[in-house]
Amino acid sequence: MLGALTVILCCQLAGEMLVAGTGLPVPGPVVGMVLLFVGLVLRRGIPVALARVGDTLLGHLALLFVPAGVGVVLHIGLLGREGAALSVSLLISTLLTIAVTAGIMRLCLRGGAGDGGVGKGKAPEAGQ
Amino acid sequence: MTDPLAEIWVYLSASPLAALTLTLVAYQVGLALSRRLGGHPLANPVLIAVALISGLLLASGTDYAIYFDGAQFVHFLLGPATVALALPLYRQLATVRRSALAIGVSLVAGSLCAILSAVGIAWAMGAGMQTLASLAPKSVTAPVAMGISEALGGLPSLTAVLVILTGILGAALGPLLLDLLRVRDWRARGFAIGVAAHGIGTARALQVNETAGAFAGLAMGLNAIATAILLPLLWQLFVSL
Repeated sequence: MLGALTVILCCQLAGEMLVAGTGLPVPGPVVGMVLLFVGLVLRRGIPVALARVGDTLLGHLALLFVPAGVGVVLHIGLLGREGAALSVSLLISTLLTIAVTAGIMRLCLRGGAGDGGVGKGKAPEAGQ
Repeated sequence: MTDPLAEIWVYLSASPLAALTLTLVAYQVGLALSRRLGGHPLANPVLIAVALISGLLLASGTDYAIYFDGAQFVHFLLGPATVALALPLYRQLATVRRSALAIGVSLVAGSLCAILSAVGIAWAMGAGMQTLASLAPKSVTAPVAMGISEALGGLPSLTAVLVILTGILGAALGPLLLDLLRVRDWRARGFAIGVAAHGIGTARALQVNETAGAFAGLAMGLNAIATAILLPLLWQLFVSL
């Protein structure tokens, strides 16, 4: 377990150092994620201990954004001023993104790539 | 002050114990409430926990900095958790290879649409630069979105809240929209929800269909990378306008 945690922290540290050294506009942990991904591809598999530690972290991912989320108390004035712009933008942008992504994906899949996901599982029902 | 309660408070706020305990307890309350309501997307555990703790801080007049001093130990784990996103991505490797073209094209289109529509609408409605920078990565999973927002000069804490709200909207309304549009392919349904509504959407997709869940998780990981690369470039263009 400790070894797996060390691997994850090393990837993050390497990612942060690469970003600091090269001025890449990407967050350090994302570079760390890519490094770990490349490592897994080269190794052709996920070590059991790494899967245990990683899945535990990801299983509680939601908890980890609570401290930052509470920071909203610092921006109550800003939310009051710009709340309308933010709400309209969030709603329209989220729905538009879903529609555009699904539409293009459907078009591309029809072009023959992939192995047919239709019929796997139950049919879509309204309201899911 | 001789009030014993105040003395206890002074003692507690000097150590991380109180803030850490408060964070965990509030999150468990959120989880319990969410389960009680049958996992309804609007009853999001993070939103409930954030509301509880924010209310407590405001009511007691405690500074956010004092709370964060303790809670930062939870916050720190966001970095390692982001690195760990490599695991679900690796597990989808075979799927990616099979539908690489469809995935690549829809990913870039979805990622651009999420950024441009969010920033465009809020900008047209008069939002300031700092708000726009905080809003731009709203469709990306929170740890990555917060990192991007900080790099653009946004407010990571505002981004965290906007990301969570985006996830809740996408998870609650996305399936209805996809039904309206008659998108029946589970791969397209899952991928669209994952690109737009990251982990919260993925959790919802997993409840409905395994293929949709796998594609949603894949979309979440890929969109984190795509946005981390595309957004800073687009932002430089936008700022220089």
